[in-house]
Amino acid sequence: MPTKIEKDSVTGQNTTGHEWDGIKELNTPLPTWWLYVLYATVLWSIGQFVLYPSIPGVRTYFSGVLGYSAREELVQKMQAAADQKAPFLDRIRQASLADIRKTPELLGYAVAGGRVAFAENCAGCHQSGGAGAKGYPSLADDEWLWGGNLAEIERTIRYGIRSAHPDSRTSLMPRFGLDGVLERDKIDDAAEFVLSLSNRATNADAAKRGATVYAENCAACHGNAGAGQRELGAPNLADGIWIYGGDKASIVKVIAESRNGVMPAWTDRLDPAVIKMLTVYVHALGGGE
Amino acid sequence: MTATTMAVGARSESRELYLEDVVRVSMVLTVFWGIAAFAVGLLIALQLAFPVLNFDLEWTTFGRLRPLHTSAAIFAFGGTALIGSSFHVVQRTCRAQLFGGEPVAWFILMGYQLFIVVAATGYLLGITQSREYAEPEWYADLWLTLVWVVYLVAFVGTLVKREEPHIYVANWFFLAFILTVALLHVVNNLAMPVSVFGTKSYSAFAGVQDALTQWWYAHNAVGFFLTAGFLGMMYYFIPKAAGRPVYSYRLSIVHFWSLIFLYIWAGPHHLHYTALPEWAQMLGMAFSIMLWMPSWGGMINGLMTLSGAWDKLRTDASLRFSVTAVAFYGMSTFEGPVMSIRPVNALSHYTDWTIGHVHSGALGWVAFIVFGMLYHIVPVLWGRKDLYSRRLAEVHFWISTIGIVLYITAMWVSGIMQGLMWRAYDELGFLQYSFVETVQAMHPFYVIRAMGGALFLIGALVMAYNLWRTARGDAAPARV
Repeated sequence: MPTKIEKDSVTGQNTTGHEWDGIKELNTPLPTWWLYVLYATVLWSIGQFVLYPSIPGVRTYFSGVLGYSAREELVQKMQAAADQKAPFLDRIRQASLADIRKTPELLGYAVAGGRVAFAENCAGCHQSGGAGAKGYPSLADDEWLWGGNLAEIERTIRYGIRSAHPDSRTSLMPRFGLDGVLERDKIDDAAEFVLSLSNRATNADAAKRGATVYAENCAACHGNAGAGQRELGAPNLADGIWIYGGDKASIVKVIAESRNGVMPAWTDRLDPAVIKMLTVYVHALGGGE
Repeated sequence: MTATTMAVGARSESRELYLEDVVRVSMVLTVFWGIAAFAVGLLIALQLAFPVLNFDLEWTTFGRLRPLHTSAAIFAFGGTALIGSSFHVVQRTCRAQLFGGEPVAWFILMGYQLFIVVAATGYLLGITQSREYAEPEWYADLWLTLVWVVYLVAFVGTLVKREEPHIYVANWFFLAFILTVALLHVVNNLAMPVSVFGTKSYSAFAGVQDALTQWWYAHNAVGFFLTAGFLGMMYYFIPKAAGRPVYSYRLSIVHFWSLIFLYIWAGPHHLHYTALPEWAQMLGMAFSIMLWMPSWGGMINGLMTLSGAWDKLRTDASLRFSVTAVAFYGMSTFEGPVMSIRPVNALSHYTDWTIGHVHSGALGWVAFIVFGMLYHIVPVLWGRKDLYSRRLAEVHFWISTIGIVLYITAMWVSGIMQGLMWRAYDELGFLQYSFVETVQAMHPFYVIRAMGGALFLIGALVMAYNLWRTARGDAAPARV
């Protein structure tokens, strides 16, 4: 198709004289604002190249006239943050847990720091605020498996429960069903007895029979009246608080298969000051002794 | 109007000269893949708000459905639309049949569909390279390479045998898209299969080189697949629907070459504050800033082409979608450079802001320009005077636009809030929020985002119905 330049009546611009499937083009000049902004971005970029690390070489790179380094900036900022915290953390490291609780200034700091450490490290299992979930005890009530005073809480956090740490708290509930220690009906009776401890037995006769089974197999750890035993981490069975559920099926499952939940040891992962803050925070959640 | 008479003349001539069956089928497939992509997108949006919808099955978890959604949207929906429309445009603007004729055209379209199906079923089975937007494993990559090279040959061959003295601007963009995607695809997928009979392969790159190669690829998938390709579409369908000459040939040239030259260097902005050397991060940022005006050149050319034809926006569904698409394009190509600035990126990176940005491009620009193309091309290809219902097209337009607005505003608020919560410290120097607290705070916005996605899907279903009735030749209801 021959070139045929026309004048567009709407814009007053000429066409380029080409046509494709009925489409023509105007030869409008570049919008000046567009061109100037393009130039401005190019100039700005050249400025960046001069000021900041930019042009690569074979072994090194041009590091810019400002001598800026994001890595150094990071180190400085982390150091500044650490410096801000250092005085308090030092005092916490040196103070006893009891002193921290007694000194309002330290207590406030420890609870604030403990809250953050708890949210980062503990809330995944124990939930926000230590509310607990199935399999993970509530830390906000006054019922403690291994003890709820400051020293016991700190020991649990440091070494964990059934963790790989040599100083871990440990105890094993037998698997009465899986290991063939008790027959199915005996387990059922024992479960009825355990239910009766919180006045929820569904079958009085079975609960009565279960008393014997309980006395022979369970009382050594959980106590005659089901009050539990903290030295062994044996839970109280009479208080209506259940880690794995308090319905009969759940109780039968625990007796038959056991649970033996695990909490990791934190002593090698967290700074001692952080563990202290966590201890004070957990203690303050509601049930500290 | 000479344009109209020309178009009518071209239409009668086109029956013998141009391959149209393959374009028709590609348009049907485009609509199908679009609805599939939007539906999976809605599902995974709901999964984020309500995790129970993962159904506890490995095949339906978010991790597997997310690449299914992104690939369905970009490659299945967008790619099929690009292949079909580029066939249509290159034939008509060259006044030549597609090089290679029917067999080659069908091989490209159907070979590409095979790639999509192989890749998508692989995702569900857990087969992935774990490279974003390049998840398909080596065997699918090899097949796509073959298909793509044939596509390139057919396209260039058509340009070579053209009957027009000059190459139309839309074809520059299509060619840049085809050529660069070939390069990106091959380099980023260089890998060694563990076994000829196994699906697993290992990348040729490692560490930060691997990351940089991946983001060079992924950013230019945005630049050359989602930008250049769809600009090609825009440069044909907007002047065609508006019946007006393209605003500025000079701007076409300058913004084309500046876009092509600058885009390829911008990838490192995806790796700010990582192990990537600082000089590379700085270059990536600077090239992204310089990309702002070249990107906007396409917007100016698209919008200003409507001078003297703005009134058509009231009546022409195709134009209305295309012009809104160009507006969203302008917005997201401004937002992109802003987000590439390192201090801004420090806030936006890894947050929902990125998701919102991607979707203002994907829904607002890519999907809308495709909808505009479909509303124009379906009546042309099936020889209908008009759409079945302009009113339904209007319904589609408003439902989808509201859907996009809900989506991107929810993600802006959610993303900026998330970024601010991550970096909030109390006066003692402790972090203010835990991660899970940020997730809880985002929940309402996830629900709003899903509502936006649902509207967008409903709009697409309305369009599918309208286009189907149009293709069948049903008369428009009396109201219009």
